Amino acid sequence: MLRIKDLHVSINGKEILSGLNLEVNAGEVHAIMGPNGTGKSTLAMVIAGNDKYEVTQGEITYFGKNLLELPIEDRAREGVFLGFQYPVEIPGVSMTNFMRTALDEIRSYRGQESLTAGTYLKYMKEKKALVELNDKLDNRSVNEGFSGGEKKKNEIFQMAMLEPKLAILDETDSGLDIDALRIVANGVTKLRSSENATIVITHYQRLLDYIIPDFVHVIYDGRIVKTGDKSLALELEDKGYDWIKEELKA
Amino acid sequence: MSKNKKEIGLQLKAALLKKFDSSKESVSAKETPFLSEKRQNAIQSFENMGFPSTDLESWKKTNLKNLLEIDYDLNYDSSLETKKSNAIYKCEINQFGTDLYTQLNGRWMGGADGITTYENGTIVASMSHAILAFPEIFEKHYGKYVINERNGLISLNSALFKDGYFIYVPDGVEHNTDLQMVSIIDSKKNIFCNMRNLVLLGENAKLRLVHCDDSLDFQNSFISNVTEINLERGAKLDFYKLQNKDDAAAILTNTFVHQGQDSDFSSNTIVLNGGVVRNDTHVSLNGRGANANVMGLYLMDRKQFVDNHIFISHNVPNCTSTQLFKGIVDDEARAVFNGHTLVQKDAQQTLAFQNNNNIQLTNTSKIDSHPFLEIYADDVKCSHGATVGQLDTTALFYMMQRGICERNAKMLLMVAFVGQIVDRIKIPNLRSSINELVRKRLKGELSSCEQCSIQCAEPDKPIHFEIDMSLL
Repeated sequence: MLRIKDLHVSINGKEILSGLNLEVNAGEVHAIMGPNGTGKSTLAMVIAGNDKYEVTQGEITYFGKNLLELPIEDRAREGVFLGFQYPVEIPGVSMTNFMRTALDEIRSYRGQESLTAGTYLKYMKEKKALVELNDKLDNRSVNEGFSGGEKKKNEIFQMAMLEPKLAILDETDSGLDIDALRIVANGVTKLRSSENATIVITHYQRLLDYIIPDFVHVIYDGRIVKTGDKSLALELEDKGYDWIKEELKA
Repeated sequence: MSKNKKEIGLQLKAALLKKFDSSKESVSAKETPFLSEKRQNAIQSFENMGFPSTDLESWKKTNLKNLLEIDYDLNYDSSLETKKSNAIYKCEINQFGTDLYTQLNGRWMGGADGITTYENGTIVASMSHAILAFPEIFEKHYGKYVINERNGLISLNSALFKDGYFIYVPDGVEHNTDLQMVSIIDSKKNIFCNMRNLVLLGENAKLRLVHCDDSLDFQNSFISNVTEINLERGAKLDFYKLQNKDDAAAILTNTFVHQGQDSDFSSNTIVLNGGVVRNDTHVSLNGRGANANVMGLYLMDRKQFVDNHIFISHNVPNCTSTQLFKGIVDDEARAVFNGHTLVQKDAQQTLAFQNNNNIQLTNTSKIDSHPFLEIYADDVKCSHGATVGQLDTTALFYMMQRGICERNAKMLLMVAFVGQIVDRIKIPNLRSSINELVRKRLKGELSSCEQCSIQCAEPDKPIHFEIDMSLL
């Protein structure tokens, strides 16, 4: 599904990713861990298409297409979803209107008819239930005045609505209490299928108790330096990152 | 009185003075001595002041020079078009649920006698008829609320106006039907038009008034509009002004509001289009407990220009006022906001707020914002603020990541931005129509025909006058 080869990325002339390789296939869950400032969020932003990040070398293909050539919205329409670490507040734009516009555009891109108002509302209700999101949020502005937990639930709700093929969840667990974490993680797990893939960026092993990864990668200095299965996450939780740094020096 | 250093429009001025002299007698013969005298004084004042030039502080940003050099047809007589126009501007649909009165090229189209008296005593009339039919009311109020020291255009209006609307709501009457005044310019000539309006609300009277300025042709027109509004104790007026002019049109409006105790004035001026638009609103809070909300929205592009000047004077204690203007400026358009709130020495416990927020879509557009408080009382609560910004790129990225194209993402942000003004329109049908118009306007989908409220897809055929615009 996703192949990243020798990816180099700079922001304001400073190189953040330096030769990252990653392959993700349908049905897989990949966890990306690593110390702060090593390029985890940069990777997410580059896949999503944020133009503040400059790709200086390497390639990303997605279902065989050159992802880097696709505009942001077309990546989304092709099934790339980014769950934001800091969901953006958009005063004056209601959740309903926002999601309706997004869904309409995605459906139209995929050659599907837009949903009728009734079907849409039913669909939305169903997806909200998945993350136990409050009905009252519909008429509120996107993320405005939402609690930390609501914002993150809202990301997963949007993911459920848009049914992506590749979801990248950037620190979706940060700022969540244990109940919210469980709700968010269960939402993600329910959305898993053999057709889609998930990349979970996290600092903590605890999220991976709920979202069981097939692979765990460690990013350090802009590259993936170690890959293992879920036991790697437990080991990191236990020992921290220093032993990996030592290994690299050796 | 200080003369402008560099007087502008001298040729036009001379022609206007000549025109006044030559038509003086025939005009006087049809009017009252009261008005003839007023006109005479006004023309002298115009002669002294001339047109406002950029020498004047408040006209620094509005340069009329080029407009005044256009060759206007001063002998144009709109009454000659009456017959044709009555046939054309027949109101078919009126989905605002308003009572509609139309003026074409500055002339009242409301039927032969030009006077409508409602059962509750409310009078809606053509100004030219009201002068003669209601001299007592007219003479008691006319010219009383105008405060004019430097602006020759206002004097010129007083000297030359032919028509306009006259609205009188008696004491204690809550007029249930919203009134809508539509002023259309449709001329093959370059016309120079002065309109004069008087809106009088008695004690505890209530009214909602919609004033639409539209234009049909793409000739140069120069419209000067002076409106005097008096609100007696406890009166309440909601005043909506919709300006949708073509790029060749210049419209300059002066609105003077005189408020008594506990009266409530709310205005919302929506400028969708216009070559040169200048709106001056002057509010005097003269009775305790009076409140004024002066709001507005402007959406300008191409080479359009808008200048909103608001002056609110708190003359007595315990009054409140709010100024809230928002604008989106694109291409090479320019927008000026000048909000001035004056709190007089004795006007204690004043609450006054000013805010002007702008979105600048291009580097070539220009925004000047001057919120200004002048306070001589010590027990007041006042604030002001102005912002000029771009659309939030983080929000755009977030929306585009959800599959929304850039154009629609921008649209959502812009509609959200203007929502704060549009949502305050209290007439539901007007609100939804304006919402639609604003969306169309922002999408660049207001075609030249749709730019005016009269959608004449086939100009050669009789035009059906659809005022509600909800078909957009």
